[in-house]
Amino acid sequence: MVQLTLPKNSRMRVGKTWPKPEGAKNVRRFNIYRWDPDAGENPRIDTYFIDLDKCGPMVLDALIKIKNEIDPTLTFRRSCREGICGSCAMNIGGGNHLACIFGIDEVKGKDVNIYPLPHMPVVKDLVPDLTHFYAQHASVQPYLITETPTPDKEWRQSIEDRKKLDGLYECVMCASCSTACPSYWWNGDRYLGPAALLHAYRWIIDSRDEATGERLDALEDPFKLYRCHTIMNCTNTCPKGLNPAKAIASIKHMMVDRIV
Amino acid sequence: MRYITPRKAAEGLGSAHEGTQHHWAMTVSAVALTVLTPLFMIVVARAIGLPHEQFLAYFGRPFPALITALFVIVGMVHFIKGTRIMIDDYFQGGTRKAAIIFSVIFGWAVIAAAVYALARMGLGAIVVV
Repeated sequence: MVQLTLPKNSRMRVGKTWPKPEGAKNVRRFNIYRWDPDAGENPRIDTYFIDLDKCGPMVLDALIKIKNEIDPTLTFRRSCREGICGSCAMNIGGGNHLACIFGIDEVKGKDVNIYPLPHMPVVKDLVPDLTHFYAQHASVQPYLITETPTPDKEWRQSIEDRKKLDGLYECVMCASCSTACPSYWWNGDRYLGPAALLHAYRWIIDSRDEATGERLDALEDPFKLYRCHTIMNCTNTCPKGLNPAKAIASIKHMMVDRIV
Repeated sequence: MRYITPRKAAEGLGSAHEGTQHHWAMTVSAVALTVLTPLFMIVVARAIGLPHEQFLAYFGRPFPALITALFVIVGMVHFIKGTRIMIDDYFQGGTRKAAIIFSVIFGWAVIAAAVYALARMGLGAIVVV
């Protein structure tokens, strides 16, 4: 049966409230999920106050400021700071976003509530364990598969066929979409999720790829593919503005085209 | 602790190579129900308030009987397949299998009861006539 409540050892408690910066006039409160696997304690919500006049505009700027100036134990992933690496995906203000390209002023409400990506095992604080997510991505064989001997120069592709890959290849594998999907929450062990399926479709419709049938065969499964019920959370949350739901629907259309 | 690689866990038992027929059947029955549901509502609306004998005679006529039979059969097939989706979503293991068996038995029992009732009304109408 689907889990409707958190396990006892995952239930959050009120954590430490750090002091407000002195003399600051433009202060915003950040409530941040904290969990240390070595402490043997339940997760807690720590509260920090950030002087927005002395902080960059993005949520990641605030997190870095907290780590540098207030609490160096706060743990989170980040790298490129421009929405390309997908490292800093987290749940901010109730939605999954890349902290580096999500403005503090875009967070609705009084406080900024930050949690790790939903329904994933947590490594520490805001760092989710994405091992299974990456393995699912690898399982769709996200690379060119051909039987024909490789041409001397290049695999040629028309401009029209190349355009079909737009809106697909830009995915940065941040996992925001998959972890926003209720079907992935309930059956993430078997359902591939929006990100892996978007990548699968990117190779299915690649005019140069010769394994289209095998790729569709591998996806035709009640759980790997058909757990998608077009809930659209994936499309709503994608920080890159992509449409995984449409890609999944296109895979289903191709599946139907094979039998009807 | 299960000492399996992440890739092994992701692959699971591999593809079942099915699901498209179910998806297509749901699409077809959904389209059929968009036509059958208003027709069935018209049939029911015209039967409301009829005396018992006229009610039996009404459902003994081909159009009300066929529309009702089609609505129940297509509707319950849609129900069986639809509940399968919900059961797959929210249940696991033995509970999932038991729930699937129950929903299939329930769905076909409703179909059998409806067809039996319509047959009795139809045959009764013929006898009356």
